[in-house]
Amino acid sequence: MSKAMADGPRDNGDHGSSRTDEAALSARLKRLGERLAQRTSHAAEDSPGARPATDASAMARGFRLSTELVAGVLVGAALGWLLDRWLGISPWGLIVFLLLGFAAGVLNVMRAAGVNMGPKAPD
Amino acid sequence: MGDPIHQFELKKLFILGHIGPYEIAFTNSALFMLIALLAAAALMLIPTRQRALVPSRAQSVAEMSYEFVANTIRSTAGAEGMKFFPLVFSLFMFILVVNLLGLLPYGFTVTSHIIVTVALALLVFVTVLVYGFWKNGLRFFKLFVPSGIPIYILPLIVFIEVLSFLSRPISHSVRLFANMLAGHITLKVFAGFIVMLSAFGFTGWLGAVLPLTLVVALTALELLVAFLQAYVFAILTCIYLNDAIHPGH
Repeated sequence: MSKAMADGPRDNGDHGSSRTDEAALSARLKRLGERLAQRTSHAAEDSPGARPATDASAMARGFRLSTELVAGVLVGAALGWLLDRWLGISPWGLIVFLLLGFAAGVLNVMRAAGVNMGPKAPD
Repeated sequence: MGDPIHQFELKKLFILGHIGPYEIAFTNSALFMLIALLAAAALMLIPTRQRALVPSRAQSVAEMSYEFVANTIRSTAGAEGMKFFPLVFSLFMFILVVNLLGLLPYGFTVTSHIIVTVALALLVFVTVLVYGFWKNGLRFFKLFVPSGIPIYILPLIVFIEVLSFLSRPISHSVRLFANMLAGHITLKVFAGFIVMLSAFGFTGWLGAVLPLTLVVALTALELLVAFLQAYVFAILTCIYLNDAIHPGH
């Protein structure tokens, strides 16, 4: 509020030359942008609706994690079974790829839960 | 009508033609997809025609959905991800409208058929593959080779990463499909209890209040799930696209 008050009189003084007017306008726009950014970040932090939204999405999150694990195992099993059929190495393809698929499923779950974000190198 | 699976039955409305021995039919599923398409297009095009500086209610709905999806893309895939805005926005609006149409009485839930969700998930998967290779060339394979892994377990890790990558369309599609299917079956089963109990006279009517309150609560939950699943589908699309834009983690 105090900033807006301070802007008022100076703008009136600069009314003569158009270039300083433009500069003042862009400066004011920039300040407005900064204040808007501050306002929106505050609003995002302490909005009262944030809490139930996270509670409700907890179920969706749990469901997501379980499908990630199942999907990994399924893909591993399918690949292993196909390799067995094509190469005639039954049952080794299924055994190895089921285990690899389980590992991939666990990796999916860890990624989805955001566990291994730590050692991730910056892009 | 008591059959909870009955609502997912596909009915041929009319036959469009034949491809080989297979007939191509216009089903109730196709009808609801078309309705969803028209509804989403109408929601976006008609209110924004005026381009009012102070938006009307309908225009601010259109603008809010734009802002919502744009923010989702920027926060997960960065500013570069905005070139995929049309894809992500179309997916989000289509799934959202289709889910909401499924909640209407006599509605049909298109996303409760896995063939539809698999088609959508494969569309995203193929987009990630094609764009990843087109933009990064062979560097796209860095996606499967995490940095900082000792050389002796690297082959194992690469296998696991490839399997993890291949499992994406499955978890992507099954999540949406299973949520919609399970929700609608639950609703129908509890609604069936009301009818069954009310056949027992006055005490039955009293008892039917319990499943009725549950159905009301579940309907509200389904409304939330309909929105949440469309959002989850969109956000996962962004995460996968992010891998295509910046491979190598």
